[in-house]
Amino acid sequence: DTSLTEVNSFSPSIPISPSSMINQYKFEDEPEIRDLFITVDDPESHITAIETFITYRVVTKTSRGEFDSSEYEVRRRYQDFLWLKSKLEEAHPTLIIPPLPEKFIMKGMVERFSDEFIETRRKALHKFLNRIADHPTLTFNEDFKIFLTAQAWELSSHKKQGPGLLSRMGQTVRAVASSVRGAVKNRPGVFTEMNDYMETFSQKINLLDKIAHRIYKEERDYFNEMKEYGPIHTLWSASEEDIADSLKGIASCIDRCCKATEKRMAGLSENLLPILHEYILYSEILMGVLKRRDQIQGELDSKVDALANKKTEKDLLSEEIGKLEDKVERANNALKADWDRWKQNMQCDMRSTFTNVAENNLHYYEECLATWESFLASQTVDLHVEEDSEERP
Amino acid sequence: RALESQSEGQCAPVDSLWRRYSEFELLRNYLSVTYPHIVVPPLPEKRADFVWHKLSADNMDPDFVERRRIGLENFLLRVASHPVLCQDKIFYSFLTQEGGWKEMVNETGFQLKADSRLKALNATFRVKNPDKRFTELKHYSDELQSVISHLLRVRARVADRLYGVYKVHGNYGRVFSEWSAIEKEMGDGLQSAGHHMDVYAASIDDILEEEEHYADQLKEYLFYAEALRAVCRKHELMQYDLEMAAQDLTSKKQQCEELATGTVRTFSLKGMTSKLFGQETPEQREAKVKALEEQIQEGEEQLKSKNLEGRDFVKSAWADIERFKEQKNHDLKEALISYAVMQISMCKKGIQVWTNAKECFSKM
Repeated sequence: DTSLTEVNSFSPSIPISPSSMINQYKFEDEPEIRDLFITVDDPESHITAIETFITYRVVTKTSRGEFDSSEYEVRRRYQDFLWLKSKLEEAHPTLIIPPLPEKFIMKGMVERFSDEFIETRRKALHKFLNRIADHPTLTFNEDFKIFLTAQAWELSSHKKQGPGLLSRMGQTVRAVASSVRGAVKNRPGVFTEMNDYMETFSQKINLLDKIAHRIYKEERDYFNEMKEYGPIHTLWSASEEDIADSLKGIASCIDRCCKATEKRMAGLSENLLPILHEYILYSEILMGVLKRRDQIQGELDSKVDALANKKTEKDLLSEEIGKLEDKVERANNALKADWDRWKQNMQCDMRSTFTNVAENNLHYYEECLATWESFLASQTVDLHVEEDSEERP
Repeated sequence: RALESQSEGQCAPVDSLWRRYSEFELLRNYLSVTYPHIVVPPLPEKRADFVWHKLSADNMDPDFVERRRIGLENFLLRVASHPVLCQDKIFYSFLTQEGGWKEMVNETGFQLKADSRLKALNATFRVKNPDKRFTELKHYSDELQSVISHLLRVRARVADRLYGVYKVHGNYGRVFSEWSAIEKEMGDGLQSAGHHMDVYAASIDDILEEEEHYADQLKEYLFYAEALRAVCRKHELMQYDLEMAAQDLTSKKQQCEELATGTVRTFSLKGMTSKLFGQETPEQREAKVKALEEQIQEGEEQLKSKNLEGRDFVKSAWADIERFKEQKNHDLKEALISYAVMQISMCKKGIQVWTNAKECFSKM
């Protein structure tokens, strides 16, 4: 289940405050009744003469008319997801395309095909597709539909169509060239604000990611020491008679707290760490989107400059400029709308993730408290029994 | 400060006076030698040991000095509440006599009574009939020492790690605050959550400070293990002495018999020399026999008194050991309970902070 489902429903664990209700309200224009359900699961390893790779099963259930069937099951590999992402970026240069998990994980020494790596990737791919499905524009993208429905050979042949790599590169070169000229100085204020925001946001989210990893590491080190701490009390109890039970009680409390720490760590790695990582990727994506918008504006600006300088071909240039002005306006509006949507989602994600962190810690302390309190209760019962039967020294 | 003396009170002449750690050491040495059958309370450590690394290992550190002060006070309380030790005059003057106390202790000549370490070690290996109870007690004290020092070492490491977990959360505070500056709706929630993270990070200092007192309680019994072993060693020494005296007596009796009957049953240098250089005269022989008979007489009396001494020692030592066992069980159980109480307090603090933080996050 993705965290995005909380966007369209009330989560009982989060107290409903006025501001959160406003957030819920704003999603009225979103497809409230979902008609597209996607799951990514069942990773399978494929070994050929040339390479080894993993495919994931993508299951789609839909009630939409554009789909010929109501259920689809296909297998896709990571490369296919990369293809989809680049097609979406191409079609919607100023929309915020959700992040894909990276090719390799540098830190963490995770083996390329370890179960942990595959599972992390699977979850991220699942989220990726669902975010696209929830996006008001991207959800109707043709390549997206093909991705979800085409059989392997159909997808391969479809991929081969369309502008080739070279022409796409040509576009990029031209775009870069045009962006050099004054795209920044004609940039509407709102996009400069976005840029400034993203710079700071990116910095902070990276810091939070480091902090969260550090916390995870410290908790793990604490866990390792605790594992050794409990058993010493049990060892000691073997030489004692009177206090053996108390010692064994302490040992079992420490062991329970140890397990509770493990749960706390799992909470971090399942929730906070992936989300922070996603938003690190998102900040890169958003910087890219802002750049592309600048590029589109740059194309317009250079044509306007050309018009100012040239005497001939004025009509042709004016026509081109008219088209580019439309293009810029469409791009700006698309980005503005998507930006607002992204911010809402980000706020929601952050709120639910950090609330979850707090809840994990609460559960940890509540469990430990219960453990120690029951130990204490057992000891004071014994003490009272002893005091009654013993003569005071 | 002098404590109210529990022994028959003469009026307490001096209310308070100053003592150095070395004087405490002198007092304890005196008590250990003078009452070898008593498990003498130990002194707190001279140097900071088993410290987790954020805590200072500096002997001049005010926290360490304070904890040592408490340890010394505890030592005096232990002695004062001991049925035998509290009556000791040197102890009383330690508490009341300002000047000249050191000389007074040295005048007792207790150092002469002290057994040499080497002799004690020797005895450990040569005793033929050790008392089983003391052997078991020695094993127990070895186990106690080993397990408590292991526990203290790991506890210090656990404290270290716990410190790390709490303190890193403090970093959240700073970053949340900086992040809140660019957020409109989330800003307040972030900012106040960050404040709670700071509170959380700061809370560990008091928690660990309290735990040091628990560690000190365990340390006392770590050092008590040594006192237990000292009593066992004394017993071994006495037993060894006894066995040596008995052996000596037996050989003298044998010698006497040989001289009287003229039969040489065992090889002796004297026997050889007399063979080589001629027999002794009957007068010489008679003188020898008489001397030996005197020695045997002396030896038998000595053996008797040593036996008595030994039995007395065992009886009074064992009485004190039983007293000690009860004290130990009571104290350690209390310490373990206080540890649980500390953990409960830590958990409650954690619950409070994270409840507050959760509320802030859910309002973002």
